[in-house]
Amino acid sequence: MATVQLKNVCKRFGTAEIIRNLSLDLADKEFVVFVGPSGCGKTTLLRMIAGLEEIDAGALFIDGVRMNETGPADRGLAMVFQSYALYPHMTVRQNMTFSLRLARVPQEERDRKIAAAARILHLEEYLDHKPGQLSGGQRQRVAIGRAIVRNPKVFLLDEPLSNLDAALRGQMRGELGRLHQDLAATMIYVTHDQVEAMTMADRIVVLRAGRVEQVGTPQEIYRRPANTFVAGFIGTPPMNMLPARIITRESAGVRLALPGQSTVSLPLASNASNIGDAVTLGVRPEGLKPQSTGVLSGTTHLVERLGAITLIHVDLDSGGRAIAQVGANEEVRTRERISLAIDADHCNLFDHDGNALP
Amino acid sequence: MRDSVTSRTLVAVLAWTIALVMFFPIAWTILTSLKSEGSAIESHHLLHFRPTVENYVEVFIGAGYLGFAVNSLLISIGATLFVIALGVPCAYSMAFHPTPHTRRLLLWMLSTKMLPPVGVLMPVYILFRAMGLLDSRSGLILMDTLMNLPLAAWMLFTFFKEIPKDILEAARMDGARWFEEIRHLLLPIALPGIASTSLLSLILCWNEAFWSLTLTASNAAPLSAFIASFSSPEGLFFAKLSAASTLAFAPVLAMGWIGQRRLVRGLTFGAVK
Repeated sequence: MATVQLKNVCKRFGTAEIIRNLSLDLADKEFVVFVGPSGCGKTTLLRMIAGLEEIDAGALFIDGVRMNETGPADRGLAMVFQSYALYPHMTVRQNMTFSLRLARVPQEERDRKIAAAARILHLEEYLDHKPGQLSGGQRQRVAIGRAIVRNPKVFLLDEPLSNLDAALRGQMRGELGRLHQDLAATMIYVTHDQVEAMTMADRIVVLRAGRVEQVGTPQEIYRRPANTFVAGFIGTPPMNMLPARIITRESAGVRLALPGQSTVSLPLASNASNIGDAVTLGVRPEGLKPQSTGVLSGTTHLVERLGAITLIHVDLDSGGRAIAQVGANEEVRTRERISLAIDADHCNLFDHDGNALP
Repeated sequence: MRDSVTSRTLVAVLAWTIALVMFFPIAWTILTSLKSEGSAIESHHLLHFRPTVENYVEVFIGAGYLGFAVNSLLISIGATLFVIALGVPCAYSMAFHPTPHTRRLLLWMLSTKMLPPVGVLMPVYILFRAMGLLDSRSGLILMDTLMNLPLAAWMLFTFFKEIPKDILEAARMDGARWFEEIRHLLLPIALPGIASTSLLSLILCWNEAFWSLTLTASNAAPLSAFIASFSSPEGLFFAKLSAASTLAFAPVLAMGWIGQRRLVRGLTFGAVK
């Protein structure tokens, strides 16, 4: 069991408020990803949980026990740093057993733990190497191994893949997922990369300027973003945002006026809005399809063929741009007239403050 | 930088010229120490003379070189040990637990090196007399420690600054307490820096003359006082003075030569990256 609870925690550096009255409940064995743009406070939050930053106000509970005053080593956590933070003068074996040595764990048990960790991480051959002799991916694994041998209740990972190249990153994403399954531990993972967040998380916590913008499963966050910030931050390419106005309320939704005289009916926000309200219509790129009768018209200015999919960047006649995601075989060229239909399944509606309408 | 043969040759010639000019006094001293006292004064030929070791024998046996050398050694090593023992925790706290005043503190420490020692000669002398430290090795160790501590703390600070903070935080997560951080991580990782700081401190203590001359008489006098003793009362004995000088600077020259890589790295640390 390892639950993590944050209750109204705050953190300031000088006059800058980094974490603002933030509360969060993380379940046992959950893989939670903190995601947000740089400077949103996600790393600070992780360091507060780790005990490397003091909590100015509020409380942190691990397994229901208040931890504010407990030192980093006694919270039952292990952390993997962005820079790996390996001890450069020690071998892989010494790096991984340092915590056990400090805790006076008997040699036999140390050997057993390190053998197990090395096997899981494929590090058997490198136990007597120094970190300087290892590749980036191997160093990364040593850093994870150092965390594993401590048998922590909660793993804290601070952008652990950001120093790896793209191919290795993809591979390590898979390995971390497998590790989470094998170890059955609670993991908190910080990243600014929404692909990592989407692929690995049980739940995603989207942060901005020290506040939680939304907590949910990757699907919830993708399908029902709480506001325009989350909608724009999660998903590549980002959600298309179109200014619109509600013209009628229908039994199963609303009718919207889009820029350039066109209108569209959507099964959304039938009760939460008033006629005449200015809203933002968010459409995922896969919700825009080329169709001769489509409600949006414009000129293609870039066609990106990514293999399995093709992205069409369109300059809309009404001003602004939109990106449509279509199949690989779609016949489109740049500087061509195009009409796009909107698929209501991939739409979200936001009020003029940017908050989602139900 | 242009890398043509001409420019490289010019740079080499310039470097050698400067090096030889700077080495000349040392070479002169070594050569003079091998002359007889007479030819040292009369002969103006730098290289043309009959070499002799009589000065060394005289200095070594007659003037008691060894006693002074032992004093120098004890004072230099003693002061350096104190400098490192005090400088490491000082630099650790400034590098890893800085306060808003750390920068000013560093500047203040350096500013103490700008004070001319002679300016505090009287108070120091009176203090030493009152504490019974005149002409004692412990007194000179104290003085040298105080003289070199600011510089050493600065150097160690820059070395420690280069150590990623993450490593110490990782150790803290691993359960290391502050002295375990210092013992298991800081000292081994910063060992090259600590070595060059020690080396510099040794050299500075060895060469220190002002306080050695003013605070010691015979019991605690180190080699710098030994050299000075050849110049005044008995008249000028160029050859013996040179032999004494050579014997005094030989160990430090050797030390500097052996440790030159480390020393250069230490002194330019942070400047070249």
